[in-house]
Amino acid sequence: MAGALVKERGAAADPALRASRARQRRDRWMTHGILLLGVIIFALPIWITLVGSTHDVNTIGRGEVPLWFGGHAVENYVAAWSRGGEAVRNTRAVPAGIMLWNSLVMATLIATGKIIISLLSAYAVVFFSFPGRMAFFWMIFITLMLPVEVRIIPTFQVMVDLHLTDTMAGLVIPVVASATATLLFRQFFLTIPDEYAEAAKIDGAGPLRFFWDVVLPLSRTNIAALFVILFIYGWNQYLWPLLIITDTGLETIVVGLSKMIGRGDAQNEWNAIMATAILALLPPVAVVVLMQRWFVKGLTETEK
Amino acid sequence: MATLELSRIHKTFGGTPVLHGVDLDISEGEMVVIVGASGCGKSTLLRITAGLESPTSGIVRIGGRDVTALEPADRDIALVFQNYALYPHMTAFENMAYGLKIRGVPRAEIRRRVEEAARLLDIDALLARRPRQLSGGQRQRVAMGRAIVREPKLFLFDEPLSNLDAKLRVQMRAEIRRLQRRLGVTSLFVTHDQVEAMTLGDRLVVMNQGRAAQIATPMEIFTTPADTYVASFIGSPTMNLLRATLEDGGAGATLAAGGSIRFAQPVPGPAGRPVIIGIRPEHVTPEGDLPVAIELVEPLGSETVMHGTLPGGEAMTVRVQGTAPVTSGIMPVSLKQHLHVFDAETNLRLHGLASA
Repeated sequence: MAGALVKERGAAADPALRASRARQRRDRWMTHGILLLGVIIFALPIWITLVGSTHDVNTIGRGEVPLWFGGHAVENYVAAWSRGGEAVRNTRAVPAGIMLWNSLVMATLIATGKIIISLLSAYAVVFFSFPGRMAFFWMIFITLMLPVEVRIIPTFQVMVDLHLTDTMAGLVIPVVASATATLLFRQFFLTIPDEYAEAAKIDGAGPLRFFWDVVLPLSRTNIAALFVILFIYGWNQYLWPLLIITDTGLETIVVGLSKMIGRGDAQNEWNAIMATAILALLPPVAVVVLMQRWFVKGLTETEK
Repeated sequence: MATLELSRIHKTFGGTPVLHGVDLDISEGEMVVIVGASGCGKSTLLRITAGLESPTSGIVRIGGRDVTALEPADRDIALVFQNYALYPHMTAFENMAYGLKIRGVPRAEIRRRVEEAARLLDIDALLARRPRQLSGGQRQRVAMGRAIVREPKLFLFDEPLSNLDAKLRVQMRAEIRRLQRRLGVTSLFVTHDQVEAMTLGDRLVVMNQGRAAQIATPMEIFTTPADTYVASFIGSPTMNLLRATLEDGGAGATLAAGGSIRFAQPVPGPAGRPVIIGIRPEHVTPEGDLPVAIELVEPLGSETVMHGTLPGGEAMTVRVQGTAPVTSGIMPVSLKQHLHVFDAETNLRLHGLASA
């Protein structure tokens, strides 16, 4: 009723009102136009990959870039999953299923390990006072500024000496400590009021009990958000797995994918490569989608 | 229930002395309020009693046992925090039960104690809620409940009412007092609010710069403040403090503002000794020969508070019943009754009331 009334009065030809309506409509189109452009830029490569994974090897081999699905989806995915891109591979073929499993184990171990280690070290730095506390914190903090590549040769040497090359442990341990996560947890712990620790002291909770009963539940959303970020970080590891793993049974999907692209004259099996790429996308997407609610909460909300 | 003894408590934070040897004895079931301006060391004293800080020197005894070196959990105390410090991820029930759970109290016993405390505090309907879903007053009750279920020897309160609005504060104040009487638990309560202190405490400790300026009942502190700090801290509007010199024989004094006053009992000291005369605004007689230049009149209904200055510039506040005799200009007053005499150098009280 009231809306209709307003509309009628608006229609009674107030030029200022009409102008502002038009401007609002224009703004809306502009906003959507820009967003659409962004979506196209981000999504088009993935679309091409997805479509490419459904054609036979010769279509892409001819240099065509199809924009709509072909009819070879099932055979391509079955081939990628069980055999890998064997035709032109410069080493032996590894089925995508094994590589995905390796990546999944590695990324999960890295994310979980980083969270556990960071939680404990941040807890020590924030809630305890011991000699050299700040020195330790700064030593952790400074490693943030060093890119992984800087220490990759000595780390490799250490792994060789420990006989950890070609093992899952060798894949995970060198990247399992995280200065970034320690810093983030430290900042979060600093926002936990001292009174909680004091109340826990009076309640008779020891340091580990306090950590388990109070600090950990309060950090839930932060842990979830970090897990998403760190899982994707782990999943995308390239340089280190490339160096440390020569046993193809432990090959990760990101490394395997790049190895599938031959550098010689032989024709690449683009259909299998693209199917593998799509498969490689799925686990990180699943993690983001499943943990999205927690993820957003962890970045925006604090339960205090 | 137990006694609390603090003896010669000193505390230094990184070279800065905060407490200069505080002594305090609290008998069983007594409620003692520590009051003072911010930074006077009152919270530090409470935290030392709780075991959250350790004293630089001195001894804390609870129920006759030396607990100075013990952890808070082993002192058998409960502390109600200013911001309540309820664990946000636990329900009211879990918050209250947490301390008991850690101590290994059987589940049925925990349930019984928590429910009993909840009934006492009228929060039985709220036990399943999280602190976020509770109002300030309800959180306060849960925090009290957490203290009660422990059945401790000693209750400690660290300004628990200062986060509440004025109306709720008055209500909770009365409730805390009732509860403490009913449970009969020895209590130490810290506040900066003098009304809270006067109404809650069996005895008050007025702290000033790390020292206990006076330890006495609220009325003793009001009628015979030990020094000028206590005199001006307790009572509202604050006591007038006027410079003066003692007359020959100590039977009277000459005010710096002019005019002389007589004491009922002589004050010791040679003639010419500088003293400070204290008189509460309600004890000033609104007639006489001491002229007060009125600057501000505050009508409060049943009484009126008038602010002015004496010749010489000293501030003077007068409280009269009913409406103001004058609203501006000069009002003559005299100082006859309830005079307090303090030494001008040490600021200490020179004797009991100087007049009847």
